[in-house]
Amino acid sequence: MSDWIDIAALEDVPQRGARVVKTQLGCVAVFRTGTDQVYALDNACPHKKGPLAEGIVHGSSVTCPLHNWVISLETGMVQGNDEGQVATYPAQVVDGRILLDPAFLRARSAA
Amino acid sequence: MTQKLIIIGAGMATGRALEHLLEADPGAYDVTLFNAEPRGNYNRIMLSPVLAGDKSYDEIVIHDADWYEANGVTCRFGERIAKIDRDARTVTAENGDVLSYDKLLFGTGSNPFMIPLPGHDLKGVIAYRDLEDTETMMGMGPDSKVVVIGGGLLGLEAAAGMAARGADVTVVHIMGHLMERQLDEAAGYLLRKALTDKGITVRCQANSKEILGEDGHVKALLLDDGTELPCDLLVMAVGIRPNTALAAEAGIAVGRGIHVDDHMVTSDADILAVGECVEHDGALFGLVAPLYDQAKVVAKTLLGEQAAFAQKELSTKLKVTGCDLFSAGDFAEGEGREDIVFRDPGRGVYRRLVIEDNKVIGAVMYGDTADSNWFFGLIRDKTDIADMRDTLIFGPAYQGGTPLDPLAAVAALPRDAEICGCNGICKGTIEDAIAAGATDLGAVRAVTKASASCGTCTGLVEQVLAVSLGDDFVIPAAQGMCGCTDLSHEDVRRMIKLQGLKSMDAVWQECAWKTRDGCAVCRPALNFYLLADWPLDYTDDPQSRFINERKHANIQKDGTFSVVPRMWGGITTPDELRAIADAAEKYKVPTVKVTGGQRIDLLGVKSEDLPGIWSDLNNAGMVSGHAYSKGLRTVKTCVGTDHCRFGTQDSTGLGIKLEKTLWGSWTPHKLKLAVSGCPRNCAEATCKDIGVVCVDSGYQISIGGAAGMDVRETELLCQVPTEDEVIDVIKAVTQAYRENAKYLDRIYKWMGKVGMDWIKEQVVENLESRAALVARFDLSQTIYRKDPWAEHAAKKSERYQPLANLTLEAAE
Repeated sequence: MSDWIDIAALEDVPQRGARVVKTQLGCVAVFRTGTDQVYALDNACPHKKGPLAEGIVHGSSVTCPLHNWVISLETGMVQGNDEGQVATYPAQVVDGRILLDPAFLRARSAA
Repeated sequence: MTQKLIIIGAGMATGRALEHLLEADPGAYDVTLFNAEPRGNYNRIMLSPVLAGDKSYDEIVIHDADWYEANGVTCRFGERIAKIDRDARTVTAENGDVLSYDKLLFGTGSNPFMIPLPGHDLKGVIAYRDLEDTETMMGMGPDSKVVVIGGGLLGLEAAAGMAARGADVTVVHIMGHLMERQLDEAAGYLLRKALTDKGITVRCQANSKEILGEDGHVKALLLDDGTELPCDLLVMAVGIRPNTALAAEAGIAVGRGIHVDDHMVTSDADILAVGECVEHDGALFGLVAPLYDQAKVVAKTLLGEQAAFAQKELSTKLKVTGCDLFSAGDFAEGEGREDIVFRDPGRGVYRRLVIEDNKVIGAVMYGDTADSNWFFGLIRDKTDIADMRDTLIFGPAYQGGTPLDPLAAVAALPRDAEICGCNGICKGTIEDAIAAGATDLGAVRAVTKASASCGTCTGLVEQVLAVSLGDDFVIPAAQGMCGCTDLSHEDVRRMIKLQGLKSMDAVWQECAWKTRDGCAVCRPALNFYLLADWPLDYTDDPQSRFINERKHANIQKDGTFSVVPRMWGGITTPDELRAIADAAEKYKVPTVKVTGGQRIDLLGVKSEDLPGIWSDLNNAGMVSGHAYSKGLRTVKTCVGTDHCRFGTQDSTGLGIKLEKTLWGSWTPHKLKLAVSGCPRNCAEATCKDIGVVCVDSGYQISIGGAAGMDVRETELLCQVPTEDEVIDVIKAVTQAYRENAKYLDRIYKWMGKVGMDWIKEQVVENLESRAALVARFDLSQTIYRKDPWAEHAAKKSERYQPLANLTLEAAE
């Protein structure tokens, strides 16, 4: 795949943290776990649109900063008794660089 | 007819290839062996035992002079090859001799990578690669200081070897934990602990900046945080690079290593390569198992037989006495991958298996590696483990074994470990009391006084009872901290103090956390406990803090933030107000509100504007108001004797002094103070966490008020005659609160648990205890009394910006 977009260095996102990528249709949160896995999700909790990038990252989940909903970074599914799902997008790390699939932008435009 | 084979390099790979070749057909080749080192093939892997003094050089020689002679190998040791002429099929030795070959075998191995730090060419800076390096290290006296750069396999073996010889060794490692390529964080933590117990100092996340010298000899290593580590010898063990220079000069295809196909043939059909110098299918090789596989293949290829090299799963063991450690396969986290983790901190045992599609794909073991071969077999053979999954982690002998004992951590405490800090009661005393017939909590309390004061050790005392009495004692159900552990806040806190746990990893490991890295409930609590108990040793972890404390502003429902600058004691100036007004206009702040804590709140600021607005407020002399923190918020005051006709003392001045003393401190929950100048109490001091009411004869200090979900009046702690004493008592009570209270308990809740009498004893009656609390508070403030806004605006403003902006691409 040659058309992955190089976003930033892995180090630019703190371990167990996240930062946002701005797109025309809102922000995407790019997460980095304690084991350097990288995930990209819509930066909005299905509950009340809480900014997930500001949450606490633990294992491969994030806890929303507004009302503590827990969301799986792998599937976007809300964990526990709450219900909902956040859109996830392909992300990978190659040679220490975070790459996102531009298809996700197109998908967002179509949505 | 006999052909001519020239081998460049007498290492373990070419040595093994020679053995295969001579065994299969001793007459096939007339062999000439060049080696740059002035000796033949020895077991390089065993250099660590030689360094540690467990073996001598003679014991690790594989091929001695007699062997070479008996097998008719012409040895040219201590000689390099100057040139290769592939068209003429000749090599030129350093001394000018030209020798022709039919087949040429590269075994040039690898070179240690030397970080090009300033000073890397000083005397006393060495790699750890060959016998010369080992001898240099062995020549150091027992009192010497040694720094090893590199916390990988080789670096740690060098460090342990030197430490065994009595040297004072420090390992400097750039990554967050040791051997990060082979170990996960938890095993890295255990390894670090074992090395520390051997007297080795380990510094992770340490960046080397410069090697300092004196008279051409190394003197110290300078880290980029300014730390200087004095040393007489500096060993760089940061990795190896295939030695490809000669091959590249000869025009053979070279990438990171010398390219070879499955038959170990290079881009030239008459030239082969084997060992650490090769690159096969994108991979390099540093461990001996694949090198020996290659040696077998290269021997067959030389004899015209069919053979192909295939890469296999690899495993690693560390050769340091007392550190049993094993890793194999892939243990990164990933979708569809699951972990089975076994921890027995008491015995120092850790095992982790990574499972994918019902197969073990990775294993990390520490402490007890007896079953490592069995697990390695499961990985290599891709065995389906679905049926034995329940008991898999216990190894082959324990199929159907018993579950892990949750009391192991307490059972492992030594008899002299202090369980009850208030009364100085150790585990042994409690055990003796139990043996003498005290078989429940009440009886233990009555006999020993353990857990009879503040009560935070109750959980631990109950666990000692359970460990001692077994099934005869049932622990009352206690509330676990969160889903990650069954231990209560109090238990965890006691373990942090008792066991000297100074990192999040240490807590997770020693307290047998059920999750890899905690959750949003326990991480902020642990972060607080660690920084409160070990202010000098523990580094605050922003990623374990709630967003407000991570970004030093309060998140609002729309994801914007509010900004509250500090107004000491509620006093401000026209200049400050002007700066606030300017900032509000410049950053288009939608709402400006006066708070209940006598200051001004700017609501609706965007994350990316935070560093800018802070910087503007800093320039006007204002600092963070910590309106977002579990820490000191405000000290509310009335105008006191400055203006008020009823004022008895300078309440405003005292409030400012208190705020300047306490600001920046972290506490279990928010901490609000007030100082009223007379009993009319205009500053509402009697519903604050700590309140001071001035009277003619001095100052009444009361604590435990609240005016939130619960409304409570404070209770009198004491009355003191001077301002200085007010400040000391308040520092002491704040310190006692943060050393003992459960995270997210306000003072009144903590007071309800430990009782006012206990607090009075600690901070009012016992002056020695008060002084010690004040000293610990002051020490902590040397680290934390600083303005986070200034720091973030100057050094971390990047983190407040989007990682990338793709709005333009999307539009195209």
